[in-house]
Amino acid sequence: MQTLRRLNLHPGWWLVLPFLLVVMGMFLGPILNILWLSVTLPEPGLDNYAALFESEPLRRMLWTTLRICLITTVMSVILGYSIAYAMMHASGANRNWMISLLLVTFWISVLVRTFSWLMLLGRNGPVNNALMGAGLVSEPVEFMRNELGVLIGMVHYMIPYAVLPILASMQNIDNRVIAASRNLGAGGAQTFWRIYLPLTRPGIVAGAILVFILSLGFFVTPAILGGGRVLMVAEYISVQVLITLRWGTAAMLAVLLLGGVLALMFILSRLIPLSQVFGGARR
Amino acid sequence: MKPGFSTRFNRFAAWVLLMFLVLPALVAIPVSLTPRRFLSMPQGEYSLRHFETLFGSPAWMSSFAQSAVIAVSAAFLATVLGTLCAIGLWRIASRAAEAIRALLLLPLVVPPIISAMAFYRLFVPLGLMDSYAGMILAHAVLGAPLVLITVSASLAGFDPKLEQASRNLGASTFTTMRRVILPSIRPGVLAGALFAFITSWDEIVVTLFITRFSIYTLPRRMWNGIRENTDPTTAAAAVVLLAVTLVVFLIWVLLQRRARALNPQPE
Repeated sequence: MQTLRRLNLHPGWWLVLPFLLVVMGMFLGPILNILWLSVTLPEPGLDNYAALFESEPLRRMLWTTLRICLITTVMSVILGYSIAYAMMHASGANRNWMISLLLVTFWISVLVRTFSWLMLLGRNGPVNNALMGAGLVSEPVEFMRNELGVLIGMVHYMIPYAVLPILASMQNIDNRVIAASRNLGAGGAQTFWRIYLPLTRPGIVAGAILVFILSLGFFVTPAILGGGRVLMVAEYISVQVLITLRWGTAAMLAVLLLGGVLALMFILSRLIPLSQVFGGARR
Repeated sequence: MKPGFSTRFNRFAAWVLLMFLVLPALVAIPVSLTPRRFLSMPQGEYSLRHFETLFGSPAWMSSFAQSAVIAVSAAFLATVLGTLCAIGLWRIASRAAEAIRALLLLPLVVPPIISAMAFYRLFVPLGLMDSYAGMILAHAVLGAPLVLITVSASLAGFDPKLEQASRNLGASTFTTMRRVILPSIRPGVLAGALFAFITSWDEIVVTLFITRFSIYTLPRRMWNGIRENTDPTTAAAAVVLLAVTLVVFLIWVLLQRRARALNPQPE
């Protein structure tokens, strides 16, 4: 205690210490080890990174990942905006129902949801039966083992994450600004496109970044609904580690993924307080 | 002002979207009631045979027990670590404390696949692969940041003068924490514990990396079932997983409501 006083360390640090040590030792330490592996395995050097430019399958996988994440982000933000807008303009009881429904989805296991999509989207599943019954298609649509199924599953998972930041930015809008626009003669549509939408831009950007970050590392849904044909970076890493045992490549991809996620997270933290992002969310 | 056509259209669209978010997740329920031997939607006839198989199967039952033991232990550990840490950071309240807080939230931000690699690297030399201890530690690391967040939110509404008053009246740090701080942040602690429990209860990616033969949690057995894609017992297990999640969700909703009634705060 004497030395601590001399160091002028706040006694509160004793309470922080246990968790800090656990995170340092069990989490950050091994992650730094992975960074190190990416430049030392199988032999020291930047060979693993050079493969990014040389290996065709690797480039194709990264392109697939980026493409799916971008489409997921755009879809989730557009649909999430619609939900957030309706929530803002709903009456008390309706609004509570909408919020409850949204929050419930955060709690439902990704495994259960992916399983459900597997049931729904099969060749003889209810979705295809309904489409055929309605005469919209003449033979079953292939939803699975392709990007379409992965996108449906991912957008379904990500929409709630887009809603929360957008909702927060809508709550920050001063209603008098909208009223002023209407008083100055702008119509409803004009007010929306020229005043309301620009005012919610921070929420849109934050929601988009958050969805993109979560999509980049997504494992369960692409692995199951893609059926091995839609290879995204997380599944690729797991194959390298668990099956082909190429730790060098896996570590290099992990470094890319982590670097991308942390850079985006940093930008996100400049836009909105991170506590708001995690406020209603679980993961 | 009467809402225009586009607003009304959007309201309808939003309800459809919310249904799209919730309903597909419930498909496991009808599928689990199919009378047939393979995964299918029931047509007219229902049967509970797959639940019978589920509850009669030693393999599935041991998975339940393992998941429950791991989730409860991990949630307990995460709650202790996260709560202590939140109180400490709250008392320090400096720039350094905020930097450390950001660092400690990293397990939430890092993609699960990278966490899985990290635990794998660590557990192989330590001999913690495929063990209860390893699973509990790993899941506690993933859950504790959530406790940190919920407890910090509760502490934000706690008046530091109460702590000073307790200290001035002669209570020790420990007594102050137990008798003054903890009772007033209990809703945050309980909410954090629930989050940590569900995090472990549903966790699959890290589990796939750090288990082999002896640890077979419910999500892991479901993962195998889904990959094989034949046995309707998987659907029955999904329903049970879903039911536990919904019960925990309801507890959380009730807690939130009670906390708001006790301590009304503008959101």
